[in-house]
Amino acid sequence: MSNLSRDDVAHVAMLARIQLEDHELDRLAGQLDQIVDWVGQINEVAAADVPPMSHPLPLVNVTRPDEVRPSLTQQQALANAPDPEGGRFGVPRILDEE
Amino acid sequence: MTATTDRTVPYADALTRYEPVMGLEVHVELSTATKMFCGCATEFGAEPNTQTCPVCLGLPGALPVVNRTAVESAIRIGLALNCRIAEWCRFARKNYFYPDMPKNFQTSQYDEPIAFDGWLDVEVPANEAGEPPFTFRVEIERAHMEEDTGKSTHVGGATGRIHGADYSVVDYNRAGIPLIEIVTKPLVGAGDRAPEVARAYVAALRDLLRALDVTHGRMEQGNIRCDANVSLMPIGSEVLGTRTETKNVNSLRSVERAVRYEITRHAAVLDAGEKVFQETRHWHEDTGITTAGRPKSDADDYRYFPEPDLVPVAPSREEVERLRATLPENPAERRKRLQGEWGFSDLEMRDVVNAGAVEVIEETVAAGASPAAARKWWTGDLARRANADGVAVTDLGVTPAHIAELDGLVTGGRLNDSMARQVMDGVVAGEGTPTQVADARGLELVQDDGALQAAVDKVIAANADVAEKIKGGKVQAAGALIGQVMKEMRGQADAAKARELILATLGVEG
Amino acid sequence: MTARDLTRLTALQMADGLAAGEFTSVELTQAHLDRIERLNPSLNAYLLVDAEGALATAANVDAARAAGEDLPRLAGVPVAVKDIACTRGLPTTAGSRMLEHFVPPYDATIVTRLKDARMPILGKTNMDEFAMGSSTEHSAFGPTRNPWDLERIPGGSGGGSSAAVAAYLAPLAIGSDTGGSIRQPAAVTGSVGVKPTYGAVSRYGIIALASSLDQIGPCARTVADAALLHEVLAGHDPMDSTSIDAPVPPVVAAATGTRDLTGLRVGVVKEIAREGYQEGVSRCFEEALQHLRDLGAQVVEVSCPHFVHAMAAYYLIQPSEASSNLARYDAMRYGSRTTPEGSPSAEQVMAASRDAAFGDEVKRRIILGTYALSSGYYDAYYGQAQKVRTLIAGDFTAAFEQADVLVSPTTPTTAFRIGDKLDDPMAMYLNDIATIPANLAGVPGMSIPSGVADEDGLPVGFQLLAPAMEDQRLYAVGAALEARLAEAQGGYVFEKAPEIEVQA
Repeated sequence: MSNLSRDDVAHVAMLARIQLEDHELDRLAGQLDQIVDWVGQINEVAAADVPPMSHPLPLVNVTRPDEVRPSLTQQQALANAPDPEGGRFGVPRILDEE
Repeated sequence: MTATTDRTVPYADALTRYEPVMGLEVHVELSTATKMFCGCATEFGAEPNTQTCPVCLGLPGALPVVNRTAVESAIRIGLALNCRIAEWCRFARKNYFYPDMPKNFQTSQYDEPIAFDGWLDVEVPANEAGEPPFTFRVEIERAHMEEDTGKSTHVGGATGRIHGADYSVVDYNRAGIPLIEIVTKPLVGAGDRAPEVARAYVAALRDLLRALDVTHGRMEQGNIRCDANVSLMPIGSEVLGTRTETKNVNSLRSVERAVRYEITRHAAVLDAGEKVFQETRHWHEDTGITTAGRPKSDADDYRYFPEPDLVPVAPSREEVERLRATLPENPAERRKRLQGEWGFSDLEMRDVVNAGAVEVIEETVAAGASPAAARKWWTGDLARRANADGVAVTDLGVTPAHIAELDGLVTGGRLNDSMARQVMDGVVAGEGTPTQVADARGLELVQDDGALQAAVDKVIAANADVAEKIKGGKVQAAGALIGQVMKEMRGQADAAKARELILATLGVEG
Repeated sequence: MTARDLTRLTALQMADGLAAGEFTSVELTQAHLDRIERLNPSLNAYLLVDAEGALATAANVDAARAAGEDLPRLAGVPVAVKDIACTRGLPTTAGSRMLEHFVPPYDATIVTRLKDARMPILGKTNMDEFAMGSSTEHSAFGPTRNPWDLERIPGGSGGGSSAAVAAYLAPLAIGSDTGGSIRQPAAVTGSVGVKPTYGAVSRYGIIALASSLDQIGPCARTVADAALLHEVLAGHDPMDSTSIDAPVPPVVAAATGTRDLTGLRVGVVKEIAREGYQEGVSRCFEEALQHLRDLGAQVVEVSCPHFVHAMAAYYLIQPSEASSNLARYDAMRYGSRTTPEGSPSAEQVMAASRDAAFGDEVKRRIILGTYALSSGYYDAYYGQAQKVRTLIAGDFTAAFEQADVLVSPTTPTTAFRIGDKLDDPMAMYLNDIATIPANLAGVPGMSIPSGVADEDGLPVGFQLLAPAMEDQRLYAVGAALEARLAEAQGGYVFEKAPEIEVQA
């Protein structure tokens, strides 16, 4: 039984912004299906009343005071940019506003 | 851009068949000194990418730390909106890719907002069509904390908007500025007044947030941004229609217009037997219409999960009460209370509010003046002077204490109204306090009853016919005599006192 | 002393020798740089060597010492840093093409601490791409080789650090452990590796794999050396919200204190100690247990029934968090940008860049994590895994009522051959079966070498686990066992490694 089809993998890859090539899809889809099948065993383990654990330590209310700290300079901020322009980060055309 | 103009039906016509349902999402940029999760400054208008650091640029390895003041502001906003405050809540990651979002997830809150289940009573004023004012209770679903995105500028292309742009440049100074998103429950029942309710709600919210001093509150700078969800229900139905979300409606007027436009557009779609398409819409201020944006799709699978890099927020009840004690009075409620205390009519109160004189009148009354005198001076004489000089009424050099002192001189009988105005000339001219001005200018009502009696006697003798009428019961005729007495006294008399003496001399009951 | 001899010292001996003026930090650092120059081409343990920076720090320390300045204990002792920690001005790649040319404008907190401790930083060590792997074969810059046998893996993800320490290319190194990436490499290279309690060491500036599992820790050849580095690294950091704001446990005192374990209860975790292990691994484990008994400890068997689900929970939580943590690598602000032909949109450039710059394992886990978090699957996968995590933490709590420390072999096998498991991700994942529960619960763990397997002559690791914030227990027990084993085996395990033959 297949949990994860080749199409599913292609779809999820696009959700993750990875443009897989066909030969990659061929290779990854089978492996992922096997892995998903295996991790799926977890479904039957925990009862509904078990609380989920998102953090290993029970810390709460860790905050900082609203005090300004030095920022990077514009030059530092843009130092690794593939396409800086006029103090800003150049990016390809954006399809639509969020 | 190639967007075709959508069909609409006349507004009044639409309302005969459909009940509008609205949901308003308001994003408030907090006025904290630093960003939500890092110590970068939040000043508006800085050079691009000069208020960024590894955290808000989403550099590898950077970690967020929550701004304490932002959490306090969120709780205060929640309390002011009559919300419950979570005892324990987490941040969550909202995952989606977008170039202006440095981490490609927004740190937000998902199913555990810091504040939830509140309400705000909104005063909707009378409208041009003559429909009366009314109060609408807006139910608040939630208020949660999140961070702003960077700002893209689109370069090239025909219109400068996104469609057709060749490329974009991004400034991340805004990325990470604290936002509070306030979401209403579906607002039903406003009928044809729905667009006005939307506007009045955003206005009331803005006033409230300003009173809380948590935001600069400038809609034109994007400190407060509104997304308006609109759907239509056929009248008599209880099934909610498909909604559209009109994004970034950033003025009060636009909120009202955008809701109104969407109602007319949805009605046309439904009338044609078609389905409203669930999508975001872009509002165009210039043409007053919305155009289709991105359809809702799989890409909206935000894959929320609890933010592992931040620990839960668990405000103690003591902390919540401490913050509650810092809340200013709700602006609308405060106005109502003051109007009652001061005994102003609705019209008088509206003039005071419109003149922005609520605070200064409050201070003047506190300094000892009567509310009526305070209102008369600040919205009358002084407002006219300020207007003539083109300055703010508070910049005339007149203080609430001056007004209280001047009012004391009038009620104490030393000055009459016209003398008081002369004293005010002196105060505005910088000649000193009202008492100093009155002294220097020799302005004082004659307190000597002998001189006043002599003047009264003289005037009665010269106007025997009028005196007879008064004696015959026509008391109001005394007004003519008072004027003459005041003339005899060269204005240096208390008109009320003169009236009293005239009547007494003629043996008539006042 | 000859240069070769200097690299053979423990960090503690180096610190003492520097303090006594027996040699200078420049000499010590240069000795390591020389050895790196000679052997790194064979091992590929370092991705970057910063000779200039390391020698400058060393000279600085020497001058300070000559001037009679009071210096930190490890001042002048060189250290290697896994390429997962941001170093200001030095390229930081996380083993990925995506960050091949990335130069951070800031230091990770632990790097600042190393600098404050005045330790010369020799360079950046190799790792599986974004720390995803158990062999360092997933590095975009070629695999690191095991100093015991160059045809074998040095463990992963921190294979560069473990190989550097085992091959005397550094006395100390930094590792990061999300599911075993410090302990498993230590086990297969005959070195010591510690994953401290979650939150004990700042993660600020550490390129995140899975935020709720990642922890930074020391790699060394001896338990005492690890303790010295642990003390430098640990402590509260206001830049990391999950950092513990409490005093650092007395790890150095524990590592150098009594060797008597009388009264200590050692719990053998049934679920991860007894089955499925290579013969030599099991034999070394049982021998180590006997040594513990001889030292006065009482060995009991405990059961952690939910540990059998730890792997599945881990391979949901870790990829899920990773899928989100790695979303930022979109080639918009930094990173390798690939622009498809035509006039592509930002979205298309992101997708093409991520396809081109990420390796297979990274893509597998991002896709798996994205799937596990996606609408309709969250409850069945991620939500369930978080619940199992609660159960596993509960197992630990119960087990620590019966035992002061828990033990198991660190890995099922000794180092396997390069390429053996590369095409079988599931087989690769199973290397972490014993190390993963500690990450899920946040408790500290240590691997120390317990011997050499007869069948292949390769080192075997022994894992110790302690309750959260009781890291010193690992050091006390680890040091006692280490000393006992050295006595019984005629020297430390790491000393038995063959001399590396330099490739032509």
